[in-house]
Amino acid sequence: MKKEFIYPGILGILLVALPAFAGNYALSVATLILYFAYTGQAWNVMMGFAGQLSLGHALYVGVGGYAAGAIFYHWGIGPWAGLWVAMALCVALGLLIGFLAFRFGISGVYFALLTIAFAEFTRIGFDHLDWIGGPGGMFLKVAQRDTWDLANFRGPPLMYYYTILFLTISALLLCFFLLKSKAGYYWQAIRENEEAAQALGINTFRWKMLAVALSSAMTSISGVFYAFYYNNLFPEQVFSMNRSIELILGPVIGGVGTLFGPILGAVVLTALSDGLTELLAALGWEIPGIKQVFYGVVLLLVIMFLPNGIWPAISRRLRL
Amino acid sequence: MSFDLVVNVLIAGTLTGLVYGLMALGLSVIFGVVRVVNFAHGEMMTVAMYAATVLFALLKLDPFIVAAPVAATFFVFGYLLQAGLINPFITRPEHSQFMLLVAVAIIVGNALLMVFGPDARNLQVDYQLDSFELGRILIDKARLYAAGAAVFTATGLFVFFKKTKTGKAIRACADNYLGAKVVGLNVKHYYALTFGLGGVCVAIAGCALVLLVDVTPPLGPYYTLLAFVIVIVGGLGSMTGALLGGVLIGVSEALAGLFITPSAKSMFSFGLLILVLLFRPQGLLGKRS
Repeated sequence: MKKEFIYPGILGILLVALPAFAGNYALSVATLILYFAYTGQAWNVMMGFAGQLSLGHALYVGVGGYAAGAIFYHWGIGPWAGLWVAMALCVALGLLIGFLAFRFGISGVYFALLTIAFAEFTRIGFDHLDWIGGPGGMFLKVAQRDTWDLANFRGPPLMYYYTILFLTISALLLCFFLLKSKAGYYWQAIRENEEAAQALGINTFRWKMLAVALSSAMTSISGVFYAFYYNNLFPEQVFSMNRSIELILGPVIGGVGTLFGPILGAVVLTALSDGLTELLAALGWEIPGIKQVFYGVVLLLVIMFLPNGIWPAISRRLRL
Repeated sequence: MSFDLVVNVLIAGTLTGLVYGLMALGLSVIFGVVRVVNFAHGEMMTVAMYAATVLFALLKLDPFIVAAPVAATFFVFGYLLQAGLINPFITRPEHSQFMLLVAVAIIVGNALLMVFGPDARNLQVDYQLDSFELGRILIDKARLYAAGAAVFTATGLFVFFKKTKTGKAIRACADNYLGAKVVGLNVKHYYALTFGLGGVCVAIAGCALVLLVDVTPPLGPYYTLLAFVIVIVGGLGSMTGALLGGVLIGVSEALAGLFITPSAKSMFSFGLLILVLLFRPQGLLGKRS
């Protein structure tokens, strides 16, 4: 057994066993962490591997969640069918944005702003779509929480925990193999120097499109999960730029382009956020905004002093 | 719908657009020279707006008088922000710079929420509801003065960049970082000056806009996005482009509010942004890099 499999293996076993000794609160925190870890991993495929900075990933979460949610809400068809619709829609959207951007030679700052523009455009559009509830939001019927209804993906928190754990592990394994595959090497070549990659005969357009398609497909699943876990969707929330930024904080803090960065970043940020809530409540400083100010300060410090993220610093220390 | 109404809305949109343009000019100047996208731009704008309301409430000072000390303060803070925080990030990858300014935006925006709470604030000056009448055309006094202040500031900045030695030095840093260093310019100092000047634009735009709009903390991210849209439509780094983009967005918002529904007005701006990015990514007046 290689060393690189031992620690993740132990961690995986611990996570599978977690519900046996964790309470409901701990389980919901763990679910949230894994949700951010999974979504961060999906974003990382595009930015970390292929170097295409998207600041509008909430678009795919939102469209994915709304697609599967609306199918369930209007026709009672469960997410196993809705998932494919969500994925198809998101991949189509991603490919459209990618096609337009890469064909017209848009990259860097301009690409990032284009992704924001598409997310904002969709947010305002959904605000005016009455079929999915408009600005008032869409609410999925909350079913009995004690039975596992796998067909409709309704059940106790445990079910959601194992689902998102499965997704996170699958995404990690997928990314692990991707990085060692031809695609992974091509992506990293494009990320480091696109012109050089092109000179070597890599069809950079096609490989960048593949990264966008894969990333949007993975993110759409996280949207479906979000819709059925939280049971409510508001355009103002799911598509906002703040949400897009929240999604990428994990990988940025953890380490862009690394396998474990998104997971570590999600752990650190969620722990920080929950810890701050508790601390401020204990101190009696519950002024709106104060938590986010602390959050911003920590973010600032990490970006200033650990520019490559936390994971590279730790893995160097541990000689992994 | 009468013709007069459309003309009045067009004029109001153009005047508001000039104020937007001044705000975006700040972003454009910073990007054009420092090559960093200021994600905290809208938050800086709301700080200026709150400063104007507070000073008005305390001292009954007109926002156009307050604009001078607010601009001076913003210049100093802008200089310090660039010198202390952003200069070390110049050579780092783009996403790293983004996150740095996102962190600044989170801190500033939520500090405003902490201090002022979520309620909207405004100020009332005596000329606010007056208007000039030209036949059947009405022009709000406050809006006209605000646009005047924006044009005045923008003109001052143009002259500064064209005529003064410091302005030329800043342009040299923007055109050729290495070359500017070779001839002995203190590039980091000029970068900090530029950020300070961007702050001046935002400060004056904020003081002027507070006459037209009530200020709340969520306006921060909204104006950040608006400034992005404007500078990309006009051309990132182009100064006249920022003003033109501001007018275009101001007019299109006003017309969308009149003909479609007010809540859909920014969809129009983002649609315009997507079109411009695709067909003229350097912006209407931008130069191809």
